Amino acid sequence: MPRPITPDDIEALAVGAWILGTGGGGSPYLGLLNMRRLYAGGHRVSLMSPLDLADEDWVAVVSNMGAPLIGQERLADSRGIARAVEIQEGLLGARFRAVMSLEIGGGNGIQPLMAAAHLGLPVVDADTMGRAYPEAQMTSVAVGDLCPYPCVLHDPRGIEAVVSRVPSWKWMERVSRKICVELGSIASTCKAPRTGREVKDWGIHFTLSKAIAIGRRVREGQRRHEDPVAAILDEGGGKLLFRGKVVDVARRTSEGYLRGRAVMDGLDEDRGARLEIAFQNEWVVAWRDGAPVAMSPDLICVLGTQSGEAFGTETIGYGRRVSVIALPAPPVFLTPKGLEHVGPRAFGYDLDFRSVFD
Amino acid sequence: MRRIGIDVGGTNTDAVLLEDGRVVHAVKTPTTPEVTSGIVTALAELGRRREVARGAIDGVVIGTTHFVNAVVERRDLARVAAVRIGLPASASLPPFCDWPAELAEHVCGETFMLEGGHDYDGRPIVPFDERGMLRVARRIRASGIRSVAIAAIFSPLDPGCEERARAILAGECPDASVTLSHYLGRIGLLERENAALLNAALTGLARRTVAGFIAAIAASGIEAPLYLTQNDGTVMQAETAAALPVMSFASGPTNSMRGAAFLSGLTDAMVIDVGGTTTDIGQLRRGFPREANAAVEIGGVRTLFRMPDLLSIGLGGGSLVTADPIGVGPASVGYRLADESVVFGGNRLTATDIAVGAGIARIGDSRAVAALPRDLVHAALEEVRAKIEDAVDRMKPDAREQPLIAVGGGAFLVPDRLAGISRVLQVPHGSCANAVGAAIAQISGETDRIYHDLSREEAIAAAEAQATERAVAAGADRSSLQTVDIEDMPLAYLPGSALRVRVRVAGEMAKSRPPAPARAPRPGFAAACREGEGAV
Repeated sequence: MPRPITPDDIEALAVGAWILGTGGGGSPYLGLLNMRRLYAGGHRVSLMSPLDLADEDWVAVVSNMGAPLIGQERLADSRGIARAVEIQEGLLGARFRAVMSLEIGGGNGIQPLMAAAHLGLPVVDADTMGRAYPEAQMTSVAVGDLCPYPCVLHDPRGIEAVVSRVPSWKWMERVSRKICVELGSIASTCKAPRTGREVKDWGIHFTLSKAIAIGRRVREGQRRHEDPVAAILDEGGGKLLFRGKVVDVARRTSEGYLRGRAVMDGLDEDRGARLEIAFQNEWVVAWRDGAPVAMSPDLICVLGTQSGEAFGTETIGYGRRVSVIALPAPPVFLTPKGLEHVGPRAFGYDLDFRSVFD
Repeated sequence: MRRIGIDVGGTNTDAVLLEDGRVVHAVKTPTTPEVTSGIVTALAELGRRREVARGAIDGVVIGTTHFVNAVVERRDLARVAAVRIGLPASASLPPFCDWPAELAEHVCGETFMLEGGHDYDGRPIVPFDERGMLRVARRIRASGIRSVAIAAIFSPLDPGCEERARAILAGECPDASVTLSHYLGRIGLLERENAALLNAALTGLARRTVAGFIAAIAASGIEAPLYLTQNDGTVMQAETAAALPVMSFASGPTNSMRGAAFLSGLTDAMVIDVGGTTTDIGQLRRGFPREANAAVEIGGVRTLFRMPDLLSIGLGGGSLVTADPIGVGPASVGYRLADESVVFGGNRLTATDIAVGAGIARIGDSRAVAALPRDLVHAALEEVRAKIEDAVDRMKPDAREQPLIAVGGGAFLVPDRLAGISRVLQVPHGSCANAVGAAIAQISGETDRIYHDLSREEAIAAAEAQATERAVAAGADRSSLQTVDIEDMPLAYLPGSALRVRVRVAGEMAKSRPPAPARAPRPGFAAACREGEGAV
C-alpha cells in the first residue's frame, strides 16, 4: 500500500538526496521549493514499494537533464516534468501506474515527486542509479540491457522532442544530450517506460526511503548537536574513510564534464595522511597516500564534518573541514557487466574495482 | 587630496581625516539611533582641530550598516511590486517564494510574471511581452506602489528585457523608483531577484538617509561631495547609493579590510578584525576583500550579489571567559565592557581582563586582575589562539603562509605567531581601520558572464573590457583602473568550451565625473548594450 510522503519527509529527502549525489547531481534546493509550494497548495504525494507493482504495470522514469547552473536561472518547474510524463503516456498508449526517479542523487531525487503531485500518481521507492551519475548508460536498466527508447524531452516553450529509436544507451546519451543543448541546456525528460516486472528485476529498490532516512538523521543530529556524520554512517551502513581539510582543488571541463581533483590533509586520527579524490561531475576514485581506497560504484561522499551536509564538486574549496565516507554500491553495479558501465575504467582509471566493504 | 572617512557601526561612529595618504586625525563617538546626529557630532569633533579647518575637503565617504539593519529589524521597508520576466520558464517559483512569511507580508505589494528573458547563449527564451508590460505598468500606477523590482532570466548576460521594461514603466509611472536585478549582479535568478526586491524595499529609506547625510555635512560647514562605500570596498556617488542601498550591506567589515591594507601597506594578506563581540576574518587580494561565491542570507532572505567572503566567529574583547571547562565566547558583555568587565570594576571575566592580566593589553585597572590564576590566563589565551588559528586557516585560499593584519578594538587578542601565518601585523590607527578604509575608497566596475568558444585569455580580456566600461560609467578615471579580481569557472554540460568569468576593476575617482541620474546608475553600460542590438 502506498504511504503518504509528509512535508518533513521532503525536507529530509532534499538533504539525503544531496548526500547520495556524491558531489554531483545539482542541488535539490529548487525542487524542494517547488514541493513546499505544491504541498501548501493542497497537493499530496504517496510512496509505493516497487514490490507492490504488478508485472504488467507501466512506470514513468523521469529526470531533469542539463547543467545545474542553467537551472539556477530557468528554475525547475514542476509542471514541465509532469508534461514529459503525459507525452510519454501518449506515445505508450497506456496509463502509467506510478512515477520513478532516474537518479536519486541530487536534484533529480525530487523530480518524480513534482510530476506525481500534478498527475495524482504514487512515486515508486526506487531509482536506476542509487546515487548520481553523469550519463544515460550508467544506470541499472542499462546494465540490464533493457530497451533504451523512446525518450521524451520537454521545454516550457512548448517544444516536445522524442528520441524514438537508438541502437544503444550510449547513442541515447549522445542524441538526447544534443537536443538538450539546443533547448538551452536544460530539459524535462521522461525516459523509456519500464514495466512493473522490469522495475522489480532491475530497479534499485528503496533508495527514496533511504535518502529520506539519511536526511532525517542529519537534521536530527544538527538539532541535537550530535555528530551527523556518525548518524549517516549508521543509517547508510557506511565507512568513514578520512577526516581532514581541503588543501587544494583543481577543476577543468573537458567533453562537457567538470573534471578535477580535490586534495585533503588529515586531521585527528588521520593527521599526517593525505587523501586525493578525482571527480567527473561526481566523486569517482579516492587515493590515500597514493593508494586507491575507494572507487565507483561505491559511493564516495564528502561531508561537512560539523554539519553532515554534502559538498559538491562545483563548490568545494580550500579550508573546508570534511569527513569523507563511503556507502555501499547497489549490487547490480558489482557484476562484471555492471562494472563495465560504472566501474573505474568507465571513467578512464585503469584500476580493478575493489570495494571498500570487502 | 584631503578626505574624511566615516564608519557608522552598531556601537561607534568612527571618523578620520586623511591627507595625502596620512591619517591626520581620528575620532570615535557613540552611534545614535537616527544615525545622522552621530555623524554631525563626529564631524564637529573633527572640525575642532586646526588641521581639519585648514583647507578644502575633497570628499566625505560614509560607510553605514543602516540599510542592512533595516532589513534585519524589519523597519522602514516599502511595499514592492515585483516584475519577473522569464515565462514560460520559472513559472512555478514566483517572486518572494522563499522569503520568511512575515517579511514577505511586509514587503510584497504585487507580483507580476511576463514572457521574455534569455538563454545562456544569448538567444531570447521567447520574445519579451511588451504589451503585457504596459498592462503591468498601468496596474502599478493604479496600485499606488512606487518601489518596483524587475528581474529577467539571464539578465547579467543580456539586460535588454529589464531595460525595456523600465522604459515602459517610466512612460506610465515616471515617479516609480526601479531596481533592475542585473545592476546587482550574479547568475542565480531567485537570489538576484531577492537582492533586487530588498533593494526596492529600501530605496525610500536610502533617499531619506542620504539626504540626511548631505544635510549633516552641510551643517558642519564642509563643502564636499558625499560618497557611500559599498560591499566590495569601493564607493558610490551619493545619487547612486540612494538607488542601490543593498550595495552597502557589508561595508563595515569591508572598510576594515581596506583600511588594514592601507595602514599596513600590504595588498595580499589575511585580515582579522576583532570587535567587542565578534571577529571577522577575510582575505585581501590586490588590496580588496575576496568576494563570496555562495548565497548569503540577509534577514532570512537568500541573496547572491557582490559581498565580501567573511567568516564571523563569536570572539571579541567582551567575550565572557569560563573556567571549567575553559571557554571564551560566544557570549559577550558587548558595549557594556566599560561597566561589567573586571578591569573596569565589574565582576564578569572577559577576554579583555585576560589580556590585561597577561600583560598584553593596558586597559582599565590592571591591579583588578593581578590575582587571576596564571593557568587560567594561560588556558584562556590558548583557547583564543586555537579559535583564531582555526578560523584564519578556514579563510585562507590555499596552504601557503600569508601575513595577517590585525585591526579593530580587540586586535591585542591576536597572538604574535600563528600556524600557517608568516607574520602578524599590528598597525597604528588599527582601531579605526574601518573609517580609514572608507576614506581611501576607490570606484569599481564588475561583470559576471558566460563566454563560449573563446580561449580563457580572450574570455577574460572581454570581461575586463566590460568591467572597465562599467567603472568608467560609475565615475572612475579610466587610466587608473586596475583589475582587482578574476574568477573563472568551466561549466559542466555546456557545449564548446563554456567559461563563466567574473572580473572586477577599480581605480581613482575621475576629476570631472559624468552625470549620474539617480534612476540610471549605469547609463553608459545600458547604452553600450543597446548598441549591438540596434534601436530598442
